[in-house]
Amino acid sequence: MREARCILGAGARMEKKPIDRRGFLKSAATGAVAAAVPTSMHAQDHEHEHDHQVVPSDPALRAKALESLMVEKGLVDSAALDALVDAFENKIGPRNGARVVARAWVDPEYKKRLLNDGAAAIAELGYTGEHGEHLMVVENTPKVHNLVVCTLCSCYPWPILGLPPVWYKSAPYRSRAVIDPRGVLREFGLDLPEDVEVRVWDSTAEIRYLVLPERPAGTEKMTEPELAALVARDAMIGAGKVSPVEGAKA
Amino acid sequence: MNGIHDMGGMQDMGPIQHEKNEPVFHAAWEGRVYAMERAARAWDKWNIDAGRHGIELLPPADYLRMSYYQKWLARTSELLVQRGLVTREEMETGQPAPGSQKGTPALTVAAVRSGAGNRGNFMRPDANARARFQVGQNVRARNINPLGHTRLPRYARGKAGTVARHRGLFVFPDTNAHFLGEQPQHLYSVRFAARELWGEDASPRDSVYIDMWDSYLEHA
Repeated sequence: MREARCILGAGARMEKKPIDRRGFLKSAATGAVAAAVPTSMHAQDHEHEHDHQVVPSDPALRAKALESLMVEKGLVDSAALDALVDAFENKIGPRNGARVVARAWVDPEYKKRLLNDGAAAIAELGYTGEHGEHLMVVENTPKVHNLVVCTLCSCYPWPILGLPPVWYKSAPYRSRAVIDPRGVLREFGLDLPEDVEVRVWDSTAEIRYLVLPERPAGTEKMTEPELAALVARDAMIGAGKVSPVEGAKA
Repeated sequence: MNGIHDMGGMQDMGPIQHEKNEPVFHAAWEGRVYAMERAARAWDKWNIDAGRHGIELLPPADYLRMSYYQKWLARTSELLVQRGLVTREEMETGQPAPGSQKGTPALTVAAVRSGAGNRGNFMRPDANARARFQVGQNVRARNINPLGHTRLPRYARGKAGTVARHRGLFVFPDTNAHFLGEQPQHLYSVRFAARELWGEDASPRDSVYIDMWDSYLEHA
């Protein structure tokens, strides 16, 4: 990547305080992160590493140094990295999922296929890829509300929702979604009546989940693209509902 | 491993910080780190489960303090060394070892654009493993505390549930993460009543569905 050389060579930062690549990468190869290695089923060797508290001071510089090293070794092609970033910044995101939802709202046969085999029905609209190999669509109704979480890491249906937002990957959400889903939903502004059943889906395997929100009242005459424009990301995680007014603003 | 990553059911982690109009990446380096992990994994020197375990092995205080992509950067750097794509010396100097041969990147632009560079799926329908459970059956999550990688969250261990769906044969992360093979097992969606997991204060209607491999379960 072009910029990497620039910053490592003669950026403004370098003039103030010269740092070479050695400094950026060293902490990645020693100390705390040396513990970050799957070695055996009995990971008994890493306890002694816990006294290190290595937090990268400047991950931007470390990332550039690592990319330069990997490019020089012929491990990665910077243009391929550009393409990976571009895909998620410009092509793949919650608009994909919103199209799936709108189609299900207007086409009962499609909805049937979607609930029966999520990945196949979503592939009909052209959305496939990593973290979308196995998809289950769960339907919200007046009596059932679904909420998706990954308590162990950050599993999320990339091809239809893009990469997950920070809150979804954060400790507060991951910890409480399973023990206090109603409290979590209240934080999102959704106060569910007692008689609604809440189902939380913890993404522990490679199955990814999409919530099919309820179609809001007053949308009977809207077209499929107009409906898709109402559907925001959070409703497809279950952390919200679709309402015509709020959705229209989003 | 009973690590800090296994946080389902913990409390007092603070309010959920919802950011309006959140960008996909908050800084350019986050996108590069994301892409470097994808491109490095194309060398097939590690798999998704080993990658997850690499993050789980970060010291707990660092795990909580580091941002998501800081954790990715630490994980990818370490796996590159552990799996032999980069030497420790190269990582420390930031320069390829003198005289080392330059490789050809495993992931090309064309493969990214066509999707050919994507990982495959995780079903292994031809694997030889028996399904010990069926839909509707009462089961109990085993109380196991392995030191290695597992996808059986602590909050479910020892709890009784009902098999809601049989998903078929899937790669088993507990072995795959440690390069001990895929050893596919049947996977089930198991429904746990909120009261079984959290006691009488939980809603009598609510539940948590967890995807569970065959060996995580016993008959109840």
